[in-house]
Amino acid sequence: MTATQFQPSAMEGRAMSTQRLLRMGFLAVTLLLLIPTFLILGVLIFEGGPGLTWEFLTAKPRDNGASGGIATALVGTIWLTTTALVLALPLGVAAAIYLSEYARDNWLTRTINIAIVNLAGVPSIVHALFGVGAFVYFMQFGKSILAAGATLAVMTLPVVIVSTRESMQAVPQAFRDACWNMGATRWQTIWRIVLPNSGSGILTGLILVVCRAVGETAPIMFTGAVFLRQLYPDSVFDKCMALSLHLFNVSTQVKDVPAHIPFSVALLLVLVVLSMNSVAIYFRMKLRGTKKW
Amino acid sequence: MVDTQLESAASNDPGGNTAAPHPDTLLDVRNLTIHYGDKPALKNVTLDVRRNEIFGIIGPANAGKTSFLRSLNRMDEFVHTMNVDGEILFAGRDLSTVRNLYALRRMIGVVFPLPVGLPLSIYDNVALAPRLSGVKDKAELDVIVERCLTRAALWDEVKDRLKNLGSLLSGGQQQRLTIARALSQDPQLLLLDEFSIAVDPVTTMRIEEVLKELKKEMTIILVTNLVQQARRLAKRTAFFLGSECVEIGETEHLFTGGAKNQSTIDYLEGRFG
Repeated sequence: MTATQFQPSAMEGRAMSTQRLLRMGFLAVTLLLLIPTFLILGVLIFEGGPGLTWEFLTAKPRDNGASGGIATALVGTIWLTTTALVLALPLGVAAAIYLSEYARDNWLTRTINIAIVNLAGVPSIVHALFGVGAFVYFMQFGKSILAAGATLAVMTLPVVIVSTRESMQAVPQAFRDACWNMGATRWQTIWRIVLPNSGSGILTGLILVVCRAVGETAPIMFTGAVFLRQLYPDSVFDKCMALSLHLFNVSTQVKDVPAHIPFSVALLLVLVVLSMNSVAIYFRMKLRGTKKW
Repeated sequence: MVDTQLESAASNDPGGNTAAPHPDTLLDVRNLTIHYGDKPALKNVTLDVRRNEIFGIIGPANAGKTSFLRSLNRMDEFVHTMNVDGEILFAGRDLSTVRNLYALRRMIGVVFPLPVGLPLSIYDNVALAPRLSGVKDKAELDVIVERCLTRAALWDEVKDRLKNLGSLLSGGQQQRLTIARALSQDPQLLLLDEFSIAVDPVTTMRIEEVLKELKKEMTIILVTNLVQQARRLAKRTAFFLGSECVEIGETEHLFTGGAKNQSTIDYLEGRFG
């Protein structure tokens, strides 16, 4: 064997330089993703950071939002998000249990699956109109946190169902067989083996619900969120302010708003999502880190 | 007794079967045919398994051995395409009339080809079946866990780490854990489906010794692709081939030239398989 055998031929040389070029190209495209992320965060922190004081957080808005703080909007967003979570998680997990553990492959199951995919694709403004019809008027919740939370829940159900179902189906079938052979019912098997090992999917669902519930504007502006409210909500039948809608208002609807206020609200919006998510992500990483089989 | 545990219904056979079963018969299978959709997996199998014997089933892949075991445990409930015809009498009771399948499955322990350590602690793996049947007392569970692990020849290796995950034990240990779990149901019938596939030879021999002890207390059906294993353990053996039960006989008799069917002889001598 001689050294010349390792000399690349002309074709091999071309293949190797193509390979290098492509690698750099793909890397460059991936790095482009970082630009908007850091630009958004950077601008928000630079423009909105100084205004984001404790007083801004705890004071109620005045002059339609042109002065004062955003306390009622922050509290309203927390109410809305919690309501959406309380409604969407149990329903979504229940539906995922049915689809993953009970459903046979028949026309009903296929119809449900198509419905889930389509529900996920419905624009949020359409969800808003649905919420007005279904919850505000038909169910007679009125324009309230409950109606807005229910609308957000309907909108986020598909992602809860899909992420939970996928993590349930990642639990090996052999575990179910072993349980059934011991005389366990389907439910005993789900409760003792499948669900405890689907935590990461349920948490993923939770993260996605929080993200959308905090950020969406259209579904809540007709169903429960208001332009300005000085009172904190007492129950889910109250109306409330919301950060996302407040951001829209102070950016476009109100005159003479100091320039930093919209940025501060936007920064807070991002921080709320990030902080709630990082808790869930921490638990999810802990779950995934422990290898169980 | 079994019959009372399987709720009401008469235990004697309502059908007009005239052939008198062997007095020790625990399992009486008549004309058993299994389909998956349109595809047959087992055709017209008739055999009986007697109390406290190890009954061997040998045969190449796709002979219907595993399907046979699944039908005994009524797993057709969970496999929607699986269709079982014929009659299976377990302790005189026609299985197709059993409503409380959970009680039935608790009487029948199963060990799979690949070890299945559930993602629970070693202790909880073994305590699962007793808990499912309502045992809550910690002391009672402790006794069951220790007894079953000891009988499965695993106690000494795990007694100091019962809180560790059962699914992270080594393959051979997990298989013994699976056996301990099957024993925790206190089964009357133990089904072993090629249990030694993922187990090293030393562990296999240890488990075989365990089985010889266990048959004093229960009946064992041993499906195996190792003909010598059947010879070592089984009193009687059935040879399955191409979805049919070709021959049944005393194991020693079959191995010492007593097999009548040419394909049985060829299989036993290792000409195919």
